[in-house]
Amino acid sequence: MEFEPEIVIFCCQYCTEAADTAGASHLGYPANIKLMELPCSGKISIIYLLKAFEEGADGVCVIGCEEGACHFLRGNLRAKKVVEYTQKILEEIGINKERLKMFNLSSLESQKFVQISKEITEKIRELGPIF
Amino acid sequence: MESNLKKVLEKGEFAVTVELGPPKDSRRGIIERKGELLKDYADAINVTDNQTAIVRMSSIAACAILKQMGIEPVMQMVCRDRNRIAMQSDIFGAYALGVKNILCLSGDHQKFGNHPTSKGVFDIDSTQLIQMVKKMRDEGEVLGGDKIKEPPHLLFIGAAANPFADPFEFRAIRLAKKIRAGANFIQTQAVFNVEKFKEWMKMVRDKGLDKKVYILAGIIPIKSARMAAYMKEEVAGLNVPQEIVDRMKGAADAKKEGMRISLEIIEQMKSIKGVHGIHIMAVGWEKIVPSIVDDAGLFPRPKFT
Amino acid sequence: MIIAERKPIKEIEKMIMPYKKVLIVGCNTCVTICMAGGEKEVDILASSLNLLFKSKHKEIEFIKRVVERQCEKEFVEELKEDIASVEAVLSLGCGVGVQKIVEVFPHIPVYPGLNTKSIGAPEEEGVWKEKCVACGDCILDKTGGICPIARCSKKLLNGPCGGSQDGKCEIDKNLDCAWQLIYDRLKLLGKLDQLEEIIPVRDWSKANDGGPREVIREDVRLKNGK
Repeated sequence: MEFEPEIVIFCCQYCTEAADTAGASHLGYPANIKLMELPCSGKISIIYLLKAFEEGADGVCVIGCEEGACHFLRGNLRAKKVVEYTQKILEEIGINKERLKMFNLSSLESQKFVQISKEITEKIRELGPIF
Repeated sequence: MESNLKKVLEKGEFAVTVELGPPKDSRRGIIERKGELLKDYADAINVTDNQTAIVRMSSIAACAILKQMGIEPVMQMVCRDRNRIAMQSDIFGAYALGVKNILCLSGDHQKFGNHPTSKGVFDIDSTQLIQMVKKMRDEGEVLGGDKIKEPPHLLFIGAAANPFADPFEFRAIRLAKKIRAGANFIQTQAVFNVEKFKEWMKMVRDKGLDKKVYILAGIIPIKSARMAAYMKEEVAGLNVPQEIVDRMKGAADAKKEGMRISLEIIEQMKSIKGVHGIHIMAVGWEKIVPSIVDDAGLFPRPKFT
Repeated sequence: MIIAERKPIKEIEKMIMPYKKVLIVGCNTCVTICMAGGEKEVDILASSLNLLFKSKHKEIEFIKRVVERQCEKEFVEELKEDIASVEAVLSLGCGVGVQKIVEVFPHIPVYPGLNTKSIGAPEEEGVWKEKCVACGDCILDKTGGICPIARCSKKLLNGPCGGSQDGKCEIDKNLDCAWQLIYDRLKLLGKLDQLEEIIPVRDWSKANDGGPREVIREDVRLKNGK
């Protein structure tokens, strides 16, 4: 049987609209994806990301608004740095940092949301189970 | 016997000192060969003390080898590797071996050498080292206050000055401090930017410092265009004008051009009031020194009996 | 404040490898401010170690605690029950915190999770810089309030070396030359003449070279002194 990865996506409230639109427009995204809504991607923290892996995620990603278009000015830039720092921790503990990624999106791009979720699922499937 | 360098300077002769870097092993032959090559062209030969923090034969041992050859050394001593106990002990030892000149330096930071993880001692700084040597010589006491039965009376104390480092306005103040601490002679960082050097010398003269100390201007012969560019870009504290880099680049014979530049700078040094000589640092190109000294009209060196 | 930084996780892994149950103790004071050993960092380290050991099919149980000040006995004593239930302690306090736990609980192995770096201050978000080396004999009155022992890479006391260029230190172009800062400050105060004074050799016996130092105030002691 093909490995079905568990993916957690931390998504800012505006980007979540893209996911909702995707659902409403019957643009299906993979069922293995757990969507966690944040008020802003800048709310993400190292511990959320690590906990997601601890709780069984094989891959984690953070989606924020396009750079320069954050509704809270720099939240998405902060998220980017938190993701980079957490990637360093993953490397330190021997986990492929490709399992954690940051994407940027606008609330209108439901197609892109579907594409990202497929892309990350494919990538993690390729990498196999985390443990 | 008194320091020859001191005699040359006191007689008002334009002095010449030359730098010699000991090898990264124990070959005394290297010291002998370089000593033989340089001895007639300098009033004293500076022996570096683990320069750029790379482990080399000790300055004190290399000085002793030169002494045995009848050559007068200037022992360089840095504050990086030894505390005040070891430094004073080495000064006694060097004096017993006939060393009369000592150049007191802070030392390049250990980061630049082949042991970047070592502990930099810096128990005392270069100004305090000068003070300490003076105290040993003039007051006949070690730093801790104990009397020295037979003090090293004939030590001639040197210090370094970099006219090109920052803050520029501090440079003359710092020189004044070193003189007050007890410096008898100064060897400067290599001069390429003559205008800036003149500016510094003016500050020095305005403070009357040229009357209190002998200043030997540093000269580095440039071997190649690459070396010029490297010194300009990479070496902190060196000031190499673009014009010199361009001249080296455009030269058909780089070595000749490098020598010509050195000779031009020496000529200018001779005419600056308060400059009492030159100090040639021909890093890895000691062979050129005799021709430079000769062509600069500084050969033969004065002899005293 | 004390500035510290987490040790590489591989190093921590080696220390706690032999145990099944470990107490991770953070500290709410300096190391919280420098984001090395506060509550968040305790959580992050525990989580990282969980993932690490999971991937190696090994399990270590972690108890997480944070005390107010790891350098004070009274706060460390609060750990008594937790310590009774574990095989080892991983301290995310500074070097003082580690040693205080050792003193209060001598029977249990205590490991340092941090490298204690310096006495310093937050400079900007995410940057902490060393300002003092606790030399025991302050000379800030002579150097314009900027310490050359802590901030000059050669600890020079009588002015900048020949490597000071454009206000920066020769060993690192991002590092301010302490003597440039001293010069600028004294100039600002109109006290450049202070630079002419030769600062004498230091009495390092007042620093750590004289052995570990102690400060005693007899008037506040409860035990009888000497």
